[in-house]
Amino acid sequence: MTPLKHILRSIMISIWFMFLTFPLMVVYINPLNYTVTWRWKNMIMVGIGTFFASFFWRRFQNRTVGNNDKPSLGQKTLNHIYTSPEISRMLLGVLILFTLSFPFIFSTYQTNVFTTALMYVVLGLGLNIVVGLAGLLDLGYVAFYAVGAYSYALLNHHFGVGFWVALPLGALVAAFFGILLGIPVLRLRGDYLAIVTLGFGEIIRLILENWDKVFFGPSGISNISRPAFFGVELVEKSIPHAIKYMYYLVLLLVLFTIFFVNRLKNSRIGRAWIALREDEIACQAMGINKMRTKLTAFALGATWAGMVGVIFAAKTTFINPASFTFMESAIILSIVVLGGMGSIPGVILGAFFLVLLPEYFRTLGDYRMLAFGASMVIMMVFRPQGLISHIRTKYNFNAKEPLA
Amino acid sequence: MNVILDVKNLTMDFGGVRALNRLDLDIRAGEIVALIGPNGAGKTTFFNCITGIYNPTGGDILVTPPQKKTVRVNGVKPHIVTRMGLARTFQNIRLFQNMTVLENIMIGRHCRTQSEILGALIRGPKTRAEEEHIVHYSYALLKKIGLERQVNEFAKNLPYGDQRRLEIARAMATDPFLLLLDEPAAGLNPQETTDLVDLIHKIRTEDKISILLIEHDMKLVMTLSDRIFVMDYGKKIAQGTPGEIRNNPVVIKAYLGEDSDA
Ligand SMILES: Nc1ncnc2c1ncn2[C@@H]1O[C@H](COP(=O)(O)OP(=O)(O)O)[C@@H](O)[C@H]1O
Ligand SMILES: [Mg+2]
Repeated sequence: MTPLKHILRSIMISIWFMFLTFPLMVVYINPLNYTVTWRWKNMIMVGIGTFFASFFWRRFQNRTVGNNDKPSLGQKTLNHIYTSPEISRMLLGVLILFTLSFPFIFSTYQTNVFTTALMYVVLGLGLNIVVGLAGLLDLGYVAFYAVGAYSYALLNHHFGVGFWVALPLGALVAAFFGILLGIPVLRLRGDYLAIVTLGFGEIIRLILENWDKVFFGPSGISNISRPAFFGVELVEKSIPHAIKYMYYLVLLLVLFTIFFVNRLKNSRIGRAWIALREDEIACQAMGINKMRTKLTAFALGATWAGMVGVIFAAKTTFINPASFTFMESAIILSIVVLGGMGSIPGVILGAFFLVLLPEYFRTLGDYRMLAFGASMVIMMVFRPQGLISHIRTKYNFNAKEPLA
Repeated sequence: MNVILDVKNLTMDFGGVRALNRLDLDIRAGEIVALIGPNGAGKTTFFNCITGIYNPTGGDILVTPPQKKTVRVNGVKPHIVTRMGLARTFQNIRLFQNMTVLENIMIGRHCRTQSEILGALIRGPKTRAEEEHIVHYSYALLKKIGLERQVNEFAKNLPYGDQRRLEIARAMATDPFLLLLDEPAAGLNPQETTDLVDLIHKIRTEDKISILLIEHDMKLVMTLSDRIFVMDYGKKIAQGTPGEIRNNPVVIKAYLGEDSDA
């Protein structure tokens, strides 16, 4: 196409958009005094905006057509960073220093927000095992998060069980629920699995909400103990300390999770998960026990959600069913999809993106959700593989012959 | 020679369609056997029944692994059948597209290795040794089929012929005593077909693996096979050596149609 044709197309599109958005952007009815205001300026803005957007988009597409499979410049730089040990070591050093000193540089509020983001990193990495690696679309992930949180809250409320005992217990209970749900449900595939897990998430929330006698209903459970510091209870007065402590605790969990998932990805089980995602029938024909492999992924994902659940209860010291809605599952899933299925750095980036941005743009009110939706759509158009697509391990065979 | 696969009276119904009709077939150790027949004859269904993907409606599938007792495998789960030593490829290539060539073969080692989640986390000496074994074993197989230069390439980026070969190597990685190949030469050019014939010969003589293959390329079938089974409409219509099959009027009729006067 010639540039002139491009411009004409863009003009057509912008006219079309001006027409489409006319009732919404231009006509403004004041319900109090029944007057109509015509905001023509908005229409011009929409026109100019769409013109440039469509023009540049098409230019962009033209450039990318033909080298579809070649990595983009950004991807190349990333690959370079991954593979060059000096750069990655330096970056890692800076990152570690930054994260370690974070609570001392920034305010308590910032630390708290950052802790939340880190919790979502762990949740994302946990769900990444289920969705990203094993390819099981789980829309009820939040249920296991709730199981963990309520395990700790109830144990603490009734028996005064401390955080450190509850952490493995909550993880175990969540894993148990994962297996319990997984056995009947994992026979299903794709969309069916998604629907059933979505239902399971809602069932758990409804039980929490309505079974007052056991779960205290919508009013929730309060006064949950914060974690003790090597057996020393942190007194209520030193909340900033507790927040700092919580930050480091979650950071530790993040590091452990990254370490673990990274090892899993390149292990016998991790490869089986990926193979399962790629082709179930071929996978079975290669001698992989489908049910068992799926179940391990599902239960392991649940375990991680359970752990974060316990931490969540300890961090907020109050939980109620409102924290475990479908929206939560949707956000965690978005983290995995947006970040890049199966990619650890991708999920981390995705978590920060989806937790920090809405937090810092609180002033925008409900427009945040609009921006959230728009950014998801844009992502799916331009980078369906996520921010950072996952990279498989490369093996190096030198002149030395293996298995001569 | 002892019989390693003995199929008797095998029947498979899909609703009203009888895809396999009282089929008998046997393979002896060290043989290369071909299963031929027109499209829709039920050849792939036969493979699916033997490898546990379908549970046959009737009949017996008896498998005798080397130095082991005979087992009836009707309705046994696919991964168990593979563990027993039957490995297969698919008519429509089913590689793990977004995994590397080496990883595809490494998956084949899954059923011959043990390490679990805890092993992956701790990565002790046993797990590391096993991992090293998997990598080296797979690489050796890769060299055998001549794909060692594409070791880190995604499976989906391989040319068609290489994908077919990779699928065979992946099946070999499971240590089978019987290899089932579903149309391995489909879509290959003459050179690739020649290479494939060499590879299959090598697998039989060097690795001592018996082979059952479905194939339409008659030249390949005639040069490779010790014996040939011919199916049509789910039934066995003939069996014998290549010489016998070539001149069998029933086979010629099935292939060329009723009305042909050839
Ligand atoms: N899963 C199935 N459901 C119903 N019919 C099937 C199924 N698989 C195969 N068939 C039928 O069985 C017959 C044999 O098919 P197939 O084994 O693929 O033939 P071939 O491999 O010899 O070309 C065909 O009529 C096919 O439609
Ligand atoms: Mg077929």
